[in-house]
Amino acid sequence: MDKKEFIARRVAKELKDGDVVNLGIGLPTMVANYVPKNMNVSFQSENGFIGLGPAPLEGEEDPHIVNAGAQCVTILPGGVFFDSVTSFGIIRGGHVDITVLGALQVDEKGNLANWMIPGKMVPGMGGAMDLVVGAKKVIVAMEHTVKGNHKIFKKCNLPLTAAGEVNLIITEMGVMEVTSKGLLLKEINPEYTIDEIKAATEAELIIAENLISMEI
Amino acid sequence: MNKVVSIDEAISHIKDGMTIMVGGFLGCGSPHKLIDALVEKGVKNLTLICNDSGFTDIGVGKLVVNKQIKKLIASHIGTNKETGNQMNSGEMEVVLVPQGTLAEQVRAGGVGLGGFLTPTGVGTVIEEGKEKIVIDGKTYLLEKPLRADIALVAGETVDKYGNIVYYGATRNFNTLMATAADTVIVEAERVVEVGDIDPNHVVTPGIFINYIVNGGEK
Repeated sequence: MDKKEFIARRVAKELKDGDVVNLGIGLPTMVANYVPKNMNVSFQSENGFIGLGPAPLEGEEDPHIVNAGAQCVTILPGGVFFDSVTSFGIIRGGHVDITVLGALQVDEKGNLANWMIPGKMVPGMGGAMDLVVGAKKVIVAMEHTVKGNHKIFKKCNLPLTAAGEVNLIITEMGVMEVTSKGLLLKEINPEYTIDEIKAATEAELIIAENLISMEI
Repeated sequence: MNKVVSIDEAISHIKDGMTIMVGGFLGCGSPHKLIDALVEKGVKNLTLICNDSGFTDIGVGKLVVNKQIKKLIASHIGTNKETGNQMNSGEMEVVLVPQGTLAEQVRAGGVGLGGFLTPTGVGTVIEEGKEKIVIDGKTYLLEKPLRADIALVAGETVDKYGNIVYYGATRNFNTLMATAADTVIVEAERVVEVGDIDPNHVVTPGIFINYIVNGGEK
C-alpha cells in the first residue's frame, strides 16, 4: 500500500457517524474512499453543497456539479446546494465537525502554513483559512517529510493559514496530537522506530506513555 | 420596462476603469457568454472581484490572459498561471482574501452593512492594517464591505423580471453579487415569462436585476 492510501485510511478512522466533514484537495480527498459503509458521514463542498458523492460514471458528468477542485462529482440523496455565504457560514460557524487538509508546514503550537511560499508559489488560501478557524477538529494529513526535508517544525516560517488551530497530524509514520505541552506521539507505524520519527521531525516529540501501533 | 437585452447592449454598460464582480467558482456558475463578449470588447483597466481567476481558457481567466484586469480581488489564483505571471511582473495588483471573508464582504456590500467581524485571518498576514476588535474575549478582524459598478451573474432559469432559479453548485457568489453592484446583468440559460417560475423556487428576487441576456440563444 502506498503512503498516501495508508494515511487516508488512518484519517478515515477519525470520522464518526453523523459527522459533517470537509476534505481538502489531494490526499485528503482520498479519505472519502475509506469511510465504513454503515457509517453516515456528510461531506461538505466549500463551493456550495453538502452531500458530496463520488465521481459520476463516464458520460454522466454534469458541469454544474463540481467539487472545490472543479472536478465533476455527484450529490447524494438528502444533499443540498447553497451559496458561498451559507457555505462559509457552515464552515466558520462551527457546523463542520472535521476538516482534513494538507500542509506545507505545521508546528508544535498547532500553527499551519499551506497557502503560499513567498516568491515561489502563491496559489491563494481559497477556503482554507475559514475552514481551519471554523471546523471543530482540524486534521493535517500529509507525508511526514518532503524530499527528505522536515514539514513538522517547532515554529512555522512560512506565512500562516491560521494560528493554533491544528488538533491532529496524521502521517505515514505516526499520529501526533497538538497539546499545550507540545506534540504528543500517540501512535507509531511499526515500520518505523521512534528514533526515525524523531529524526524526521524538527519539533520535539513527546512520546505517549501508552504509545500504540498505528493501525488502519 | 424591458430588461431582456442583447449581449452587446448589456456589455456596453462596462467601461474602462470600472470595478466589476463576476460570479462563478473556477468557471462553474460563471456567465460565460458575457465574459466572452467582454474579452471581445476589450475594455481595460478593470478591477475584478471574483472568487478565483479561473483557468486560462475558462471563466474570468480569459480576461486576465487578455490583460484587461488592473486589479484582482480573489481567494484563489493557483489554477491560472497567467495571474501569477502578471502579479509577479507587477502588471496586475492581486489582493488575496479568504473565501468566507470575500463572500461576506460582498454580502455586506449588498445588504447595507458597514462591515463585519470575523475570526478568520487573525494571527496571519491577513490581519495587517486591519482593526482588531475583542468581543467576549475572542479576537476578530473588522472587514469592510465590497461593492462594484457592474455585477455579471449567471442563472439557470430567469423570468423576464429577473427572478432567478439556479441549478447545481452554481449559486456560489452569484446570489451575493446580484445584490452588491450599481448595475446587475444576469446571463440566463433559459428565459421564461413572468409567472412561469413558482415564487417558492426563486432564489434571487428580480428586483436586484437590471438586465437579462439569454445565454441559451444560439
